[in-house]
Amino acid sequence: MNFDTLPSILTPELGLLFWMLLAFLVVYFVLSRKGFPAIIAMVDKRSKYINESLKKAEQAASQLENIKQESEAMLQEAREKQASILKEAATTRDAIVEKAQEKAREESARILSEAKAEIEAQKQAAISELREQVAILSVEVSEKILRKKLGTDAAQMDYINQMLDEVTLNNK
Amino acid sequence: MKQIRSLIVLLVVMLMPLAANASHQKEGQIDIPEMVLEHLSDSYEWHIASYEGKSLSIPLPIIVRSSATGDWTLCTAENLPANYFFDAEHHGKIYEKMPDGTSVRPLDLSITKTVAQIWIVVFVLIAVFLYCAHWYKNRDEKSEAPRGFVGLMEMFVMTIYDDVIKAAIGEKRFKPFAPYLLTVFFFIFTTNLLGLLPIFPGGANVTGNINITFFLAMCTMIAINLFGNKEYWKDIFWPHVPVFLKAPVPLMPVIEFFGVFTKPFALMVRLFANMMAGHAIILSFTCVIFLGWSLGVGYGIGLNTVSIIMMLFMNMLEVLVAFVQAYVFTLLSAVFIGLAQKDEEAEA
Repeated sequence: MNFDTLPSILTPELGLLFWMLLAFLVVYFVLSRKGFPAIIAMVDKRSKYINESLKKAEQAASQLENIKQESEAMLQEAREKQASILKEAATTRDAIVEKAQEKAREESARILSEAKAEIEAQKQAAISELREQVAILSVEVSEKILRKKLGTDAAQMDYINQMLDEVTLNNK
Repeated sequence: MKQIRSLIVLLVVMLMPLAANASHQKEGQIDIPEMVLEHLSDSYEWHIASYEGKSLSIPLPIIVRSSATGDWTLCTAENLPANYFFDAEHHGKIYEKMPDGTSVRPLDLSITKTVAQIWIVVFVLIAVFLYCAHWYKNRDEKSEAPRGFVGLMEMFVMTIYDDVIKAAIGEKRFKPFAPYLLTVFFFIFTTNLLGLLPIFPGGANVTGNINITFFLAMCTMIAINLFGNKEYWKDIFWPHVPVFLKAPVPLMPVIEFFGVFTKPFALMVRLFANMMAGHAIILSFTCVIFLGWSLGVGYGIGLNTVSIIMMLFMNMLEVLVAFVQAYVFTLLSAVFIGLAQKDEEAEA
């Protein structure tokens, strides 16, 4: 093939190929070691980081939602507890008051009955004492009568009975 | 868009003989094809401007090894030793006069305009990416994403990495190829963009030179075939077609085997042709300005208006093309590499 008829840009040129090879190797080695990896690695890392951040944000959002629900539930629970405690306290209070009233009633009844018994006892004591006194008085009276007119038995007995009746009536 | 461009190229090619005739008829006439080709071609110095016969250019080192003596020579275009000369018949490349009167091409490792441009691209790329890497050094994933230039580069790298390389080769096997494909993309893209600058440190036609695209296509071809797995080779020599298509006459295997070479060839020609054509069109419109003035003031104003508008348009288009061609080269390389990394499960 006769290259002389062709323009020089179409003809093979050993020197140019040699320098092209050298230059290309230089640029290839420098760029493939220092140039591209730095950019590509950084972009890869950045995209990974962005993805992770997105995931984390989503997790955080869902956690926040959970916490919200939890706190809502806790609040509800607390409210219910409060209501139940109040209710319980009211019933306890009612029971205590009831009990106290009951006790007071019992106490008053007991005191009353005791007082009644006391009064009864006192009355009985007073009656028996009275009878004693009456007997003593009647004996004394009878003694005096006996000393005075111990004539007829019948008259005496009538008199005594009359006297006793009078005493008993007086004592009633 | 492609059709419009090919039409324009066709027009330029068709007008070439006319212009060439004109230059023969009249002394001092502008030879557009010659000018365009000269600007597209490699050279031993970096021409910046010419004014009244004097040209301003950056001298570039010439490194040649004599075929006769085996000595290395380091010089510039101005003080070339007497046994060497720029052979006009061979695109002005350096030839050596042999003692027996014949001339041969010595081993020429000169830093030509294209080579210098490649090294400028290399330094730009290294500077840009080391700057980006430095930016990341004191930061971790929790710091803000970069803005401005570093952010732009990050966006670029990740677009190619994710949407081209990962998508084309597949999630599982793309990692070892990513640095190569990214380097290819940024090398082609930067070279294309710098090639659009009209003056130093840009303007050299690098990706519009078949040697460069040949080299890049070779790299891709090596990457395809060296790391192609069993499935890939089986698909070439014993493809999934009816048996009579592969034995006794190995019709499909032959076609598939040619595919091994046509894939990188297509890559090579596509990038070369696109970039070369773009440069050629812009240069042609530039030349039209001079042509117009040489025809007269009226022609000058009229043609200039048209060509300036067209040049602006083409330059903007070329910025797009600079990206698209780098993208396409990378994408197709990735697709071809991905095809050579077939999954057995995917086949079944």
